[in-house]
Amino acid sequence: MSGPLSVFDRPNSYIGRTVPRPNARRLTEGRGRFVDDLSLPRMVHAAFLRSPHAHARIMGIDTGAAKASAGVVAIYSGADLVQHIEPWVGVLTHLKGLRSPPQPAIAVDVARWQGEAVALVLAASRAEAEDAAALIEVDYEPLPIAIDMERALDLDEPVVHADFDSNLAWERLVEQGDVDAALSDPDATIVERTFTFGRHTGVTLEPRCLLAAFDPSERRLTVHYSGQAPHMMQYIYAKHLGLPEDHVRVVADDVGGSFGIKVHTYGDEVAAVAAAMLHGRPVKYVADRFESFQSDIHARGHRVTARMAVSAQGKITGFDMDDLTGIGPYSVYPRTSAIEANQVLNLTCAPYQLPAYRARGRVVFQNKTVMCQYRAVGHPIAIAVAEGMIDAAAVASGRDPVELRRLNLIPDDAYPCASATGMRFNELSHHACLDKLVELIDYDGLRAEQERLRAAGVFRGIGISSFVEVTNPSPMFYGVGGAPIASQDGATVRLDASGAVHISSSVTEQGQGTEAILAQIVATAVGVPLERVRVTTGDTETTPYGGGTWGSRGAGIGGEAALLAGQALRAQVLEAAAVILQAKVESLDIADGKVVDSYTDRERVTLADLARQIYYRGNELPSSLKPELVATRHFRVTDYPFVFTNGCQASWLEVDIETGEVKLLKHWAVEDCGRVINPKLVDEQMRGGVVQGIGGALFEHCIYDDQGQMLNPTMADYLVPMAAEMPDIEIVHVETPTSTSVLGAKGAGEAGTGGAPAAIMNAVNDALRPLDAQVTAQPITPQRILEALKAF
Amino acid sequence: MTKNRRRISFTVNGERVECDVLVRLNLVDFLRAELGFTGTHVGCEHGVCGACTVRVNGAPVRGCLMLAVQADGATVETIEGLNDTGAIPALQDAFVAHNALQCGYCTPGILITALDYLEHGGTADRAVIRERISGNYCRCTGYQSIVDAIAEVAAAPADGGAP
Repeated sequence: MSGPLSVFDRPNSYIGRTVPRPNARRLTEGRGRFVDDLSLPRMVHAAFLRSPHAHARIMGIDTGAAKASAGVVAIYSGADLVQHIEPWVGVLTHLKGLRSPPQPAIAVDVARWQGEAVALVLAASRAEAEDAAALIEVDYEPLPIAIDMERALDLDEPVVHADFDSNLAWERLVEQGDVDAALSDPDATIVERTFTFGRHTGVTLEPRCLLAAFDPSERRLTVHYSGQAPHMMQYIYAKHLGLPEDHVRVVADDVGGSFGIKVHTYGDEVAAVAAAMLHGRPVKYVADRFESFQSDIHARGHRVTARMAVSAQGKITGFDMDDLTGIGPYSVYPRTSAIEANQVLNLTCAPYQLPAYRARGRVVFQNKTVMCQYRAVGHPIAIAVAEGMIDAAAVASGRDPVELRRLNLIPDDAYPCASATGMRFNELSHHACLDKLVELIDYDGLRAEQERLRAAGVFRGIGISSFVEVTNPSPMFYGVGGAPIASQDGATVRLDASGAVHISSSVTEQGQGTEAILAQIVATAVGVPLERVRVTTGDTETTPYGGGTWGSRGAGIGGEAALLAGQALRAQVLEAAAVILQAKVESLDIADGKVVDSYTDRERVTLADLARQIYYRGNELPSSLKPELVATRHFRVTDYPFVFTNGCQASWLEVDIETGEVKLLKHWAVEDCGRVINPKLVDEQMRGGVVQGIGGALFEHCIYDDQGQMLNPTMADYLVPMAAEMPDIEIVHVETPTSTSVLGAKGAGEAGTGGAPAAIMNAVNDALRPLDAQVTAQPITPQRILEALKAF
Repeated sequence: MTKNRRRISFTVNGERVECDVLVRLNLVDFLRAELGFTGTHVGCEHGVCGACTVRVNGAPVRGCLMLAVQADGATVETIEGLNDTGAIPALQDAFVAHNALQCGYCTPGILITALDYLEHGGTADRAVIRERISGNYCRCTGYQSIVDAIAEVAAAPADGGAP
């Protein structure tokens, strides 16, 4: 049996090669299997009536006219459903002090955000369900509202939950070293800034949707769901609908984008599933775009004030920050809405050597849509604050921003080490990445060009960001706090009678290429051609137990499980072959779907012939040989709480000082995600991630008025990046494999989104510098730029 | 026939369809729910995102902005029909090779927009391609690979051979 290293050295290894995704072709032919493509006999459609008020008491609901409406089969209020759906509480024990009240699936007596569901209609068609919803009469008594997170803790501000004394959900203070001394050092350069980050959301092109069917004869529930974590949802449906877990099957086939939006518990979804059980007919629920904007989790929404001290030698000596974030009326179940603030506290300035660090985070309730984890959770804030402060300190101390980073980044030979916040780092490569970036972008050349163009009245900027990214999380992220969220994943690999290899994995696919890399890993580990591997994901009935997609973990954790299972299957095959061929195990290998002599590569038997003999003609085998030809392995990260990755990005852009418009000219990313399994797929994860980061930095914003009404809940009004506005993005890799696994892969799904906003903001401010204007509020809209230029 | 329905007759993917349709039903919902052409997707229901793009009388149309009754007498093509007529294999090959799709939800609409661009003499000019596909949103790819794929097909010889 070959050792771990030889897996990558095998001549037919698929690891590190760009091969097309096995599931891409059918999607180009419109042969996807998205939830809304499915229909079941006697299926009915759900629509919700949603609260028009940000905060209101529900005095009564009259469904008389609605029940008489064409096609209606049932109507449920919150009071009806709360008898059948156990409310949930979005807290975790390791986030000490976090509080959130029990949340019903749909509002029972008080609606706490505009768009919270208050009644559910089942009808023969979605249109008829909407017709009826419009006929439901709800008697609301509007209540005082808390909208602005900056005022949420004021003593005269209304409280969102009457049982709580204030709108504070959670507070954490991190302190290391003597921050006050550093910030009062008369010889140090001190900079202070306030940054704000507007709310935005995922805008998955396929909205949240599900199709639930309940078989009362066996009390078995099947939910076809567009989401990331089937096993987690199996637990949640079982627990909150009163079913044994093994009576619940959750299937996630094709998913039209998720980005973290589709990994949470949504009350409307649980209500629709409950309705399928209560009414006894399959129920389909597909959110329309309007309700997606009002009920999908929102992200970000922070105000951060920060101070940084830099010594005369250019060393950062102290950093102090205060982060305030508004999460809506509930902490979202089961991941909570405090993780993002926690990440901001843990990750700000994490790439840098820092003797003194203090950060306070406060998480507050408000009457807006709930806020929770979206791609890159906390990273865009942490990175933009740290990198914005580095650039500000560079200007204030008269140093080049690249030079200041080089003076303070943790040296590449200093690992393992810990950050000021106690994050344990190993095998990072900040300097190697920054060196590569500086060379890639021709930094000096760009500076010269910038100078030349400034003289001509053209304002271009270079923005750099260096960062770490949390990937491959261990149980210390969620499981430790009591969440039904697996940080381990499993893979079952088996040889069928035709010599094909099947892998069933608990990591899931939403287009990022999970199934492609699993096939590459298994084909390599077993020794078969890629086209002889079949991949199954996204079904609690047929896949091993695992966490699904979150936290940039599919390749690092799911991939490792696949590798270990593939190696175990290979060992089983060789053991059986050795007996049948009367050879020594060590003298045999598997290559290209055949058992070969490992010294001469001479074919001994094809896997198909071997499998047929084992499966069909067991009479030819010695009685003592009982081959399984199937192996399951699970993997979790054990030595570290997370496997951090690192990277850096650069943006080159032009600001039109007449219109305030930003034209993105080019974007670069240098990324160290450990061993790269499929270079093209990693690059595309980076590019897609960068563009989502750019969206948050420049365009995307959930805008509310002071009555808590979201003003732009359509795709015409909420701006997402379009092709014409986006730059070409060049990706380069530094590969430092993690020693926490054989495969050595770290995550790559979120770094683009985490690092881009900082690079964009720094580039805008670099462009504006000669004009004495700065923008620290995202999204950086033309209006904000013109305000900074005092054009109004 | 009730006042809510109207009889229409049109051609979908080469086949004649005659039926009573709800007058309020838009074309994409009709194609998906009544005829089972689920390759066309619904994204924004607002004419913005382009996921529901189909061809009506040869031109790209937002299926969410057109009522099914307006298709009376028209020729409609969806991604399924374009597969069958072999109109877009070069684009599909290029999309797979460049990984110009991730979740694939926007892809049929983008392919139809790209096909129209190429049929009207579109070149491999990346900036022009970016402009022309800006009516189709993709949340996964960041667009670069889509531009790469379309540019590659635009630059290929007119006989459809590989470049």
